[in-house]
Amino acid sequence: MPDQTVLSLRDITLSFGPKIIQKNISLDVRKGSIFAVMGGSGCGKSTLLKSMIGLLRPSAGEYHVGDENYWAGDEAHRTDLNHRFGVLFQSGALWSSMTVGENIALPLQMFTDLKPSVIRRLVELKLGFVGMLQAIDLYPSEISGGMCKRAGLARALALDPDILFFDEPSAGLDPITSARLDDLILNLRDGLGATIVIVSHELPSLFHIADDGIFLDARTKTPIAHGSPRDLRDNCTDPQVHAFMHRERDEEGKT
Amino acid sequence: MTDLTTTGPSAAQPADRTPQWHLQGEQTAPVMVLSGTWQARAGNIPVFPKDGLKKAPGAHLSFQTSDLQVWDTGLVAFLWDLKRVAHDAGISLDMQTLPGPMRQLLELLPEVPDEPVHHKTARTPFLETVGNHAIASMTEVGVVSELGALTAKGAVLTLLGRSRMRMVDLLANTADAGPYALLIVGIVNFLIGAILAFVGAVELQKFAAGIYVASLVGIAMVREMAAVMTAIIMAGRTGGAYAARISTMQGNEEIDALNVFGIPTSTYLILPAVLSLIITMPFLYLYGCLIGMLGGFVVAISMLDITAAGYFHQTVTAFGIGQFIFGFTKSLVFGAFIGLTSCRIGLKAGRSAADVGIAATRAVVVGIVGVIAIDAIFAVIADVLGI
Ligand SMILES: Nc1ncnc2c1ncn2[C@@H]1O[C@H](COP(=O)(O)OP(=O)(O)OP(=O)(O)O)[C@@H](O)[C@H]1O
Ligand SMILES: [Mg+2]
Repeated sequence: MPDQTVLSLRDITLSFGPKIIQKNISLDVRKGSIFAVMGGSGCGKSTLLKSMIGLLRPSAGEYHVGDENYWAGDEAHRTDLNHRFGVLFQSGALWSSMTVGENIALPLQMFTDLKPSVIRRLVELKLGFVGMLQAIDLYPSEISGGMCKRAGLARALALDPDILFFDEPSAGLDPITSARLDDLILNLRDGLGATIVIVSHELPSLFHIADDGIFLDARTKTPIAHGSPRDLRDNCTDPQVHAFMHRERDEEGKT
Repeated sequence: MTDLTTTGPSAAQPADRTPQWHLQGEQTAPVMVLSGTWQARAGNIPVFPKDGLKKAPGAHLSFQTSDLQVWDTGLVAFLWDLKRVAHDAGISLDMQTLPGPMRQLLELLPEVPDEPVHHKTARTPFLETVGNHAIASMTEVGVVSELGALTAKGAVLTLLGRSRMRMVDLLANTADAGPYALLIVGIVNFLIGAILAFVGAVELQKFAAGIYVASLVGIAMVREMAAVMTAIIMAGRTGGAYAARISTMQGNEEIDALNVFGIPTSTYLILPAVLSLIITMPFLYLYGCLIGMLGGFVVAISMLDITAAGYFHQTVTAFGIGQFIFGFTKSLVFGAFIGLTSCRIGLKAGRSAADVGIAATRAVVVGIVGVIAIDAIFAVIADVLGI
């Protein structure tokens, strides 16, 4: 079953109170794919991600995780589904009063019965994946912004989730670390069979890793294109998508 | 031919459910055979022993994974142990014999992990700790004074029009420290006045001197209680809020942003905060006095055999203008003290969420203790001056 759908959104409308951010979002994320959410700044990418991880209830539409209707169940049901998710927030969102190691250990302590020594080993492993082992005993305020990102990624991997959400994982990283992160993402997908939803502006990295995607438009407040970034770059005729994919200035001056 | 066979923990559980490994083959070409289920969540992932591989530089270790059932990062943790041990023993791993995904994850992990950076937790001897605290407290007094001087300078420059404090900030702070605090200041002072009247009435009635309850309440409120109680409330309410707000700004690098623009924190943040307390405290003091006397009045009228006019007359003649100025001055000093210390504590706070809590708590504690200590100093001064 290669084309199994893990996440499916049908006619989702996202809004903050009366203010509509995006409407008519429909998309399917296939198991094992890397799905890119693209669009100009402020078009609602992070908002879409928020609603997919259960932080914002859409004002209309249906959202299925696997076979389950995500918003139909109660809070406990959603928490169960959330254990399948690993989330890297745009700003890292590490808990500032804990060391990096404790940040990654917390979910393991809360949701498993593992012994402290076993947890420590898993924490080291996750930090090893992102090349941050040396920072295990440091506090988030003592490490750089890019390191916070990587530590946040390690935390997202803590419970070995099968669906990962990354909000701009490579923003604030140097090109080498960023390329390494791309490889890591591919490795995680291949190694763990994880499905990945990623918000990113990094075109090279998107072309490299993503195999499906959606393009949101801030002006019409709807998705204007579906498909992999490579495909959109080569075949999409929409001027705005074209401009984005080729890093051109938008003629109308709106992004 | 040396037999290398070493076996991992095994057997009590059904064979296919436990993670199992053993080494076989010759020393120069050992084979790691992996089988069973390797899941991190199960908590039964074995550790590869540090001496699990005998030194054999140049040897080549390959893998046999055909009997492997389910695996996840737990197996990778084990392979990482192996990778490190093999590196130390000078044995190279034949990564090609691992399934692709496993290889990809393992390749991310370093053979020689970087040493974690540790925090030093050196224990200091008791006397040294005391000394350090003493020096820190003295320094703090200096820093707060300097901050006060800077703020005063900011105020003067603002008055001369050469520096700017934003009026909106001042108004917002003043509204918060003034009108919004009226209810709680009123309730507390009313009750204090009432309690004083109760205590006084019981004793004074024995001497048929019930009317002096009015003097007691009047003097106590004007000299001490209204100023001190109001200051304590403001230390908890406004001081804590200032410290929490400024330390949150610290955590978000907002203070750094102000500094980079060259916007002085003293005029932008501290001046409105301190000024708003200096402006509102005297009014709250007056209000507290009146409400406190009202509280005393209500109790006295209902408990004792005195008239409203009599109580009023006794109150007015009870204290002189000197005592009133004394209380008034104290309220000004308390306002400035609470404003300055809470801002200072906020600025000094660390950058984590817990630090915000610590700063708020500290601002309240320092505010309350400080207000009472200053009040004691005032009492001594008043005694010397004979007020
Ligand atoms: N809590 C909120 N309340 C009201 N409006 C919000 C809220 N959060 C975001 N918005 C609005 O939603 C819109 C989309 O925000 P969002 O953060 O999703 O943008 P984005 O596509 O992630 O942008 P960027 O690429 O800059 O991160 C913005 O116009 C923003 O003003
Ligand atoms: Mg965003």
